[in-house]
Amino acid sequence: MKSQIFIKDMFTKIGLKLIVAVGLVTALIIGVYSFLNIRSQTKVLLTQAEVHANKLSDAIKNSTYSSMLLNKRDQIHEIINTIGQEPCIREIRLLNKEGMVMFSSENELIGDMVDKKAESCYACHTADEPLEKLPMKERMRIYRIHPDSARILGIINPIYNEKSCWDSDCHAHPRDQTVLGVLDVKMCLKDVDEQISDSEFSSIIFALIAIVSLSLIIGFFVRRWVGKPVNELVTATHEVSTGNLNYTIKELGNDELGILAKSFNNMTKNLAEARLQLFQSDKMASLGRLAAGVAHEINNPLTGVLTYSSFLLKRVKNNKELEEDLKVIVRETKRSREIVKSLLDFARQSVPKKHSANINEIINNAIEVVNNQLSLKHINLEEHLDSSLPKATLDANQIQQVFINLLVNAADAIGDSGGNISIDTKLISLSPHGIAQIKSAVCPKRHDLIDNEVKINGMPTIKVKVISNGNEGYINFDPIYGKHRHNYGIEIKQGKDVQVSCPKCIISLIAKDSSCPKCNSKVYEFEVPPQGMFWGCTNPECDWEKWEAVDEAGHKDFVEIKISDTGNGITKEDISRIFEPFYTTKGQKGTGLGLAVIWGIIDNHNGTINVESELGKGTTFIIHLPIKAKS
Amino acid sequence: MMANEEKIIIIDDEQVILDAVSKIASLERWNVDVALNAKEGLNKLSSNQYSLILSDIMMPEMDGFKLLEELYNRHIDIPVIMITGYSTVENAVKSLHKGAIDFIPKPFTFEEIASSINRGLNYRNIKVKFEEAEKCSTNDSVIYVPCPPKYKRMGYMSWVNLEYEGAAVVGVTDLFLETIEDTLMVELMEVDELLIQGSSCAKFETNDGLIHTCLAPLGGRIVERNERIFTNPSLLEKDPFFEGWLYRIIPSDIEYDMKYLNACSSDRV
Repeated sequence: MKSQIFIKDMFTKIGLKLIVAVGLVTALIIGVYSFLNIRSQTKVLLTQAEVHANKLSDAIKNSTYSSMLLNKRDQIHEIINTIGQEPCIREIRLLNKEGMVMFSSENELIGDMVDKKAESCYACHTADEPLEKLPMKERMRIYRIHPDSARILGIINPIYNEKSCWDSDCHAHPRDQTVLGVLDVKMCLKDVDEQISDSEFSSIIFALIAIVSLSLIIGFFVRRWVGKPVNELVTATHEVSTGNLNYTIKELGNDELGILAKSFNNMTKNLAEARLQLFQSDKMASLGRLAAGVAHEINNPLTGVLTYSSFLLKRVKNNKELEEDLKVIVRETKRSREIVKSLLDFARQSVPKKHSANINEIINNAIEVVNNQLSLKHINLEEHLDSSLPKATLDANQIQQVFINLLVNAADAIGDSGGNISIDTKLISLSPHGIAQIKSAVCPKRHDLIDNEVKINGMPTIKVKVISNGNEGYINFDPIYGKHRHNYGIEIKQGKDVQVSCPKCIISLIAKDSSCPKCNSKVYEFEVPPQGMFWGCTNPECDWEKWEAVDEAGHKDFVEIKISDTGNGITKEDISRIFEPFYTTKGQKGTGLGLAVIWGIIDNHNGTINVESELGKGTTFIIHLPIKAKS
Repeated sequence: MMANEEKIIIIDDEQVILDAVSKIASLERWNVDVALNAKEGLNKLSSNQYSLILSDIMMPEMDGFKLLEELYNRHIDIPVIMITGYSTVENAVKSLHKGAIDFIPKPFTFEEIASSINRGLNYRNIKVKFEEAEKCSTNDSVIYVPCPPKYKRMGYMSWVNLEYEGAAVVGVTDLFLETIEDTLMVELMEVDELLIQGSSCAKFETNDGLIHTCLAPLGGRIVERNERIFTNPSLLEKDPFFEGWLYRIIPSDIEYDMKYLNACSSDRV
C-alpha cells in the first residue's frame, strides 16, 4: 500500500512539474500575444474615432461656413445645437481669436473667456508665437473630466481667414489676420472604451482557456506516455527488489521508455537465470557435501557389518544353515554398499569420465531402456536424429542417464491417455560472445594489463588508466568477451574526450583512425597474446567489442538435443524451480532429484539445459552439449 | 604361512574398523597395532617396526593424504594401503599417485581386505629382498622386472603404453603379479566396455582363494583384449609388459588421466 502511494506521489510530482512548466510557458506566450493584440486593437479603434471626430469637425465647419459669411448667428446657433444633440457629442463651441466662446452647444457657456492655458488651447499656444497650422494628431486630445468618467476626445479646428471673410459686407475681418477662431468639438469615447474593454476581456478569456486546455492536453499525454510507463517501471523495480524476478513489464512501445522496459525485462530474465544457476550450483554443492557425509558415515558402520559377517562366514563352513543366513547378510550389506556408491555418483562428486561418443547412439540406447514403458502408455515416439552429427566428448553413461530421466519424465507428464514424444538432434553453432575469456592483455610496450586484485565474477580483469573530462581514474574491464560488466572507477560522459592508457607507461590505448561502428565513439585496443588484438568502445552506454581471433575461431559447435512431449505442461512457478534438488511435483512418487542430477551432469559437461513449457500443450527440454570438451 | 614378525598398523578414527581389521588379522595370524588418528600412528611408526600401514583417508586433523606426505618426508619406506568411506575413483587415483600401493573402498569384505593385506605384505618382502640384492650387488637373480622406460604406471599395479594413432595398451606390472604369487584364473572386461581410471579393470584369482583386483591406469573404451591370456595364462608372468598385455583402448580424457600416472623411466635412477 505504502509503495503505491509513493508511486502515485512520484507520478504526480513528475506530471505536475511538467504541467506547471508547460502552463507557465503557454501563459507567457499567450500573455505577450494578447497584450500586443489589445494594444494594436486599441490603436485602431482610437484612430477610427479620431478620423471620425475630424470629419465631424470639418462637417460642422463646412455647414456653418455660409452662415458665418452671411453672419447669420441664429443659424450657426441652430446648427451647433442640432449637432450637439447627438448623444456622443459632449460639446461644440466656437471661439474667437481672443478666446471668447462665441457659440456653444451649451448656451450658458456663451460669452465665457477661455484662458490660453486651457487644455484646448495648449497645443497652439505653448510657444510664444501661436502656431497657425497643426497636424491632425496635434489637434487631438484625450482626457477625463474626473477619474471615474468616460474618456473624452477633443478636437480643435482652426478657422482660417480667407478672401470671402475680408470681402464680406457684414463685418469684415481684418485682412492680416490668419486665424479667425477655433472650432472645438468634444466627443465622449464611451463606445470606443467599451469596445476596447470587450476585446481585452475576450483576449483574457481566450488566454485562460488556451492555458488550461494546453496544460490538460499535455497532462494527458504526459500521463499516457511518461506517467504510465514510469509507473509500470517503478512497479516492476519494486517487484524485482522484493525478489520476484519473474515479473515482466508488458509491451510499452518503441520509444525510449519502451526500450528501457525491454532491457529491464532482459535484465530480470538474465538475473533470474544467473540466480537459478547460482542457486543450482549451491544446492548441488551442498547435496554433494551431504552425500559425501552420508557415504562416509554409513560406510563405517557398514564396514563393521560386512567384515564381521564375512568373517563369521569363514568360520561356519560346516554349518550350512548359518552359512546361508550369513550369506544373506553379506549380500544385503553389499547391496547397501552399492546404494551408497550410487548416491555418491548421483550427487556428481566425481567428475565425468569423458570420451568420444555418438549422441544418437546414446539416445537409441536410452530409448531401448524406456521403450516398454512408452508402449504401455500408448506413447508414440518420433525421432529426428541428425545422422551427420560428429562425435562429442562426453560421459556416455551420465548422458544416457539424462535421456532416460527426461524420457521417463515426459512419459509421466503424458499420463495413460497417450500422446507424442519427439527427440530431435542437430548441430548448432553458438557465438563465443559471453563465453570466451581474456586471460592475458598487454599494452604496445608489453606491460601486463591483467589485474588480479579487482575481479569480476571471480575472474581477473583488465586494468586501464582513463582521463575523461579532466578527471583521472581506472577502469577494470570484464574479461568475458561481450559481457560488458566493466568496473568504472571514473565517470565517463558520452561524447566527452576520453583518454585510455596503460597504467604503467601511460602509452595511449586509443585506436587511431577507427571509431565504434555502433555509436561512433572512440575505441580502445590492447593485445591479447597470443590471440591478437581486442577492441572495445569507450562509451559506457555502448556494448561494442571485437576480438577477431575468437570471432574467427568462430562459433563453438554444440549438439542441440530437444525432447518434447505433449503432456500437461509445467506451470510458471514450477519451471523456475524444477532443477532444484528435492523439488518434486510428483508427490510421494518422486524424489525430486532427477532433474537436479540432470542439471549437474549437463553443467559438468559445460553444457546448458533449458525448459519451455505451455500448460496443457506440453514441455520441451533443450540441451546444448559442446562437441569438444574443455581441456 | 606368514612369519610372525610381520606387523601391521591400522590408522582409522572409527573403532569398529580397527576392531574388524584386527579380527581378520588375528584369523590370518598377523600382528596388528592400531591408532585412532594419524599423529598417534606416526608416533607408533617412529618407535616400532611395521611391515604395512593401513590408513583411512578422511580423518580429523591429519588426513590420509597428509600422512602419505609425512611418511615421504620422514623417509619411512613402508607400503601404505588406503581405505576410505568416501570411495570415489578420484580418491583411488589420488591415493595411488601419492604413493599408496592400494586403495580399498569401505565397506569391504573379509576377502577384499585379506587379499589386499596379503599383497601388501608380499610387496614389502619383495622390496626388502630387492634392496638386499642391490646391496650385495648380486645381479644374477632377478627379483622382478621393472616396467620399460617409455611406459607410464599407475601406482605399482598397472601400466600404459601410448601407441601411435591415439590408442593405448594397458597391462599389469610384474611387481603386481609377483605380489599375488600364482595366478589361477584371470577375469577381464569385455570389448566395448569402458575402463575408468582408478576402478577395477581385471581380477586375478589365486590358489589361496583370494581375488585380487587391479585398478585401471587410464580411462577409455576397450577396442581389443588379449584373448591369448585365457589360452596361455603363463604369458602374463613370462612377459607382462609385451606379450602379456590386457587391453587396447581408445583413451577418453588422456590429458586429465595422465596427470596421475608416473613415468617408468624415473624408477631406474
